[in-house]
Amino acid sequence: MKTDDLINLMAQDAPVRMRLGRMMGLALLAGVAVSVAILVLTIGLRHNMSTVVETARVLFKVCVTLVLAITACRLVFQIGRPGVPVRTLALTLLVPAAMVVLAVAVELLVLPQQQWATSLIGGHPFFCMAFIPVLALAPLTGFLLALRAGAPGNPGLAGAAAGLAAGGIAAAVYAWHCPDDSPLFLATWYTIAIAVVTAIGFVAGRRLLRW
Amino acid sequence: MKHSAREEEWAGWMRNAMDGDAQAYHHFLTAVTPHLRAMARRRCDQFGAPASEAEDVVQEVLLAVHLKRGTWDPARPIGPWLSTIVRNKLIDSLRRRGRHVSVPIEDVMATLEAEAQVDALDRLDAEHMLERLKDPQRDIVRSISLEGAGVRETAERLKMSEGAVRVALHRALKSLATLYRSDGREDG
Repeated sequence: MKTDDLINLMAQDAPVRMRLGRMMGLALLAGVAVSVAILVLTIGLRHNMSTVVETARVLFKVCVTLVLAITACRLVFQIGRPGVPVRTLALTLLVPAAMVVLAVAVELLVLPQQQWATSLIGGHPFFCMAFIPVLALAPLTGFLLALRAGAPGNPGLAGAAAGLAAGGIAAAVYAWHCPDDSPLFLATWYTIAIAVVTAIGFVAGRRLLRW
Repeated sequence: MKHSAREEEWAGWMRNAMDGDAQAYHHFLTAVTPHLRAMARRRCDQFGAPASEAEDVVQEVLLAVHLKRGTWDPARPIGPWLSTIVRNKLIDSLRRRGRHVSVPIEDVMATLEAEAQVDALDRLDAEHMLERLKDPQRDIVRSISLEGAGVRETAERLKMSEGAVRVALHRALKSLATLYRSDGREDG
């Protein structure tokens, strides 16, 4: 085919059905909706959430997971766009990381040493580690599908960003059920669960997001 | 690319194109192609590759720009978007043809800014790609590209709805991009 013929062809296919930004927005909405529905319909909200949310540890857990979800989502919304610098957005991920480090330091200061181990292990470490990836499934699938319409420079990194955002959303949702409040618990089991989802996103991205 | 008058013009065309203006899109593609051609020629000359191969690269890059145009945020300048997409696809395409290159983004930007006058080469295997499309994609592609018909005319001729022709056309362009990719893999 001549290049001019190809141009004629493409010109007739001018309109864009759905832009990347809108696709990512839909993926986010659907992912959050499914994730919240799974939590509410299976294990439910924590029964005393309205009272305990005022305690510092619970408030921190709810806030830091939300900050991670928001910063990672902002990154994943731009990572499929060629020519948009994402370095600054990636650096904002240090904010939730710093919050966790700080909270762990404070917890170690205020908590007697003999309680460190019990606080870290908490009540349901393995359930938490398994359930966060379950809650992350819908947002991760949505982000990856939407990013297939994107043009990421590095497919693996884009997939990892999708995994991190999905893991952040899942953690922010799970925090409304989770009965374990110590930052030591959060820094350990939440982090492992989110890292697993991020790794899954990386592997899936390398396969699915080439263009 | 600097925030030049040319960039403004290209961005304006692309904005209208995304809203469905075929003529604006034709202006955009026709304006960009000579720059892509100059880039592809230069890279292929380095390897002593024939100019026909450069034209394949041009078409592959054009298809990538086309299929990924929904990733451009119209609120942003079009230069960085275009340079990045062109560079990534250029490297990808040449690499699959067994030609390992690094293309500095500054080169891409400079070429997009410069004036480019390179004549198109007719591909000898003009029908080669067409033959590999399935019906009705092939009929639609032939009608629009070779015979210069519009979507409406093609729909009437093939007794299809305009919507169906549009969908099939979009799929055909996706198939062409895939064909290019698998082709390169066989060669490389």
